[in-house]
Amino acid sequence: MNTPAETASTPKRREWPLWEVFIRGQHGLNHRHVGSLHAPDAEMAIKNARDVYTRRNEGVSIWVVEARHIAASSPSDKGPLYEPSESKVYRHPSFFDIPEDVGAM
Amino acid sequence: MYAQMVKSEASKDDPDKLAAFQARIDAGDKIEPKDWMPAGYRKTLIRQIGQHAHSEIVGQLPEGNWITRAPTLERKAILLAKVQDEAGHGLYLYCAAETLGVSRDELTEMLLDGRMKYSSIFNYPTLTWADMGAVGWLVDGAAIMNQVPLQRTSFGPYSRAMIRICKEESFHQRQGYDIMMKMCQGTDAQKRMAQDAMNRFWYPALMMFGPSDKDSVHSAQSMTWKIKMNTNDELRQKFVDQTVPQAEYLGLTIPDPDLVWNDDKGGYDFSEPDWSEFFDVIQGNGPCNTERLAARNKAWDDGAWVRDGLMAHAEKRAARKVAAE
Amino acid sequence: MRDALFEFLCRMGDNTLVLGHRVSEWCGHAPVLEEDIALANTALDLIGQTQMWLGLAAEVEGADRSADDLAMLRDVWDFRNLLLVEQPNGDFGQTMMRQFLFDAWHLLMLQALTDSTDTRIAAIAAKAVKEAQYHLERSADTVIGLGDGTAESHRRMQAALDLLWPYVGEMFVADAVDDSLCAAGIAPDPATLRAAYEARIQTVMAEATLTLPDTGFAHQGGRTGRQHSEHLGHLLTQMQWLQRAYPGATW
Repeated sequence: MNTPAETASTPKRREWPLWEVFIRGQHGLNHRHVGSLHAPDAEMAIKNARDVYTRRNEGVSIWVVEARHIAASSPSDKGPLYEPSESKVYRHPSFFDIPEDVGAM
Repeated sequence: MYAQMVKSEASKDDPDKLAAFQARIDAGDKIEPKDWMPAGYRKTLIRQIGQHAHSEIVGQLPEGNWITRAPTLERKAILLAKVQDEAGHGLYLYCAAETLGVSRDELTEMLLDGRMKYSSIFNYPTLTWADMGAVGWLVDGAAIMNQVPLQRTSFGPYSRAMIRICKEESFHQRQGYDIMMKMCQGTDAQKRMAQDAMNRFWYPALMMFGPSDKDSVHSAQSMTWKIKMNTNDELRQKFVDQTVPQAEYLGLTIPDPDLVWNDDKGGYDFSEPDWSEFFDVIQGNGPCNTERLAARNKAWDDGAWVRDGLMAHAEKRAARKVAAE
Repeated sequence: MRDALFEFLCRMGDNTLVLGHRVSEWCGHAPVLEEDIALANTALDLIGQTQMWLGLAAEVEGADRSADDLAMLRDVWDFRNLLLVEQPNGDFGQTMMRQFLFDAWHLLMLQALTDSTDTRIAAIAAKAVKEAQYHLERSADTVIGLGDGTAESHRRMQAALDLLWPYVGEMFVADAVDDSLCAAGIAPDPATLRAAYEARIQTVMAEATLTLPDTGFAHQGGRTGRQHSEHLGHLLTQMQWLQRAYPGATW
């Protein structure tokens, strides 16, 4: 039990920082954001990610990044950032009609 | 239902922004953390997701009570994996709440000092091994009924957490039913145990959906915001209709003499739980409220030196690294 | 040889059974959610290994008993686990110190067993060794983090080390069972694991700023079953209760 004097002199506890977790699935895919967790440092964050997010063999590689280091676009940027790519439909494979005779592509 | 009786907050925001926000929700858009949202939406979500997370964490305790007494190695492993999943689900949900600007430690402290609630069901004791069956089958069954529609909830992080939770939880109810099947095919003592568990958990499971919310303003607001997807009564009815045949298959009697099929509505008529008991439990007078909160407080207090120690070490290491560079 | 083999398999399986049970006691009570989940993973691995070791023990014995029978229906004097693993959890530091002292030995033992002339043993070891490797990384990190953390965490870790160190020596004392298995190439002479073990312990303790007690004393009697601590009986009364109270029931 802390006496009032002790409590007053105890500095406010520092909470474990929040980390964002990215995992590469089994099939050579990109790393994908799977969620977050708390850990004191990067090493422990990776270990915690293994325990928390790969309980069902979901991954072969783990990235973690402290949440405060992520720079995010703000929602008002939504137009300028994403709309130009909407007109570049040729980036999507279904844009092209491929004759059936040439087989799978 | 893991988040029972969450009061929704009224909004006093700019009407134009509110209308645009509601239009997005009506169009099926997901709201993301950095998007503008009404203060009431944010507050209600923090309360709901926080309560849901607390329920997962406190929910570890009644089943954790039997991990060291599981009858076989396989049952022990399955139960442990299930209770571990609950810790994971609490973790996902706390993270979803954190995107709204509240920290996990703050939420935890609100649970521990009673400012925030958790589902009333976890204040009931688990007395026999059959209770592991009943909890998995009835309690998880009721929870899943609520969680499946929440996968479509309007707040992106909450929706994604629920998708992950539902995927992982699919085995929970089955393992409970599997325990019940073994008990009901077993010795006379096992059958008695199974019926006793059914008798004790039936009404508390029905209470998990909360009192009738036909006339509740809060429920209406939450449903407009798509952070509550069905009324309490709809879900309770669905649960009863789904569970009765499962109980019949087991040869168990549902402890409700008035339970009867109603052809007109295409569902069962059933007795309401004792709502005065429900409010007693919510107020802190359930059979295990004191033990549950004491256990969580003890874990948190006893763990403080560990959290501080590992944090201090990480800071020392970071400082040494900087000094070396 | 069959008796010696059975005895050895019970030693391996009882270690993981009793330690897995102890670690599972933390479920829902750990200092932080991430640790709760990690501890449960460790316990799950150990329970899984128990099923393999005791399953093989039952097969070797050929007395129509199952792994569950061995786990749930033997009494204290038939258990063959190290005294270390039956020690109570204490605080989180004591639990992690016990885990580290065990993991460091367990990994070496399993690595040696992957070369066993008994292919069944080599196969179990090959699966378990990967799990043990991770357990050791995690427990070593935690011992280092808490040893070199705050003044309080340091004090608690030193107390845990002082308390548990006398239970380490038992791991390396060979008896007739070990001699015959070693001669057949089935299992290593436990004494040969000691040098690598102590090297590992010293490295970690140095990083953790903890001091190894300078006692060579070793409590013994667990792995031979001659004399367990009082703690094991209480653990078994919980673990075995249902099977004892309702004999013959299927769960």
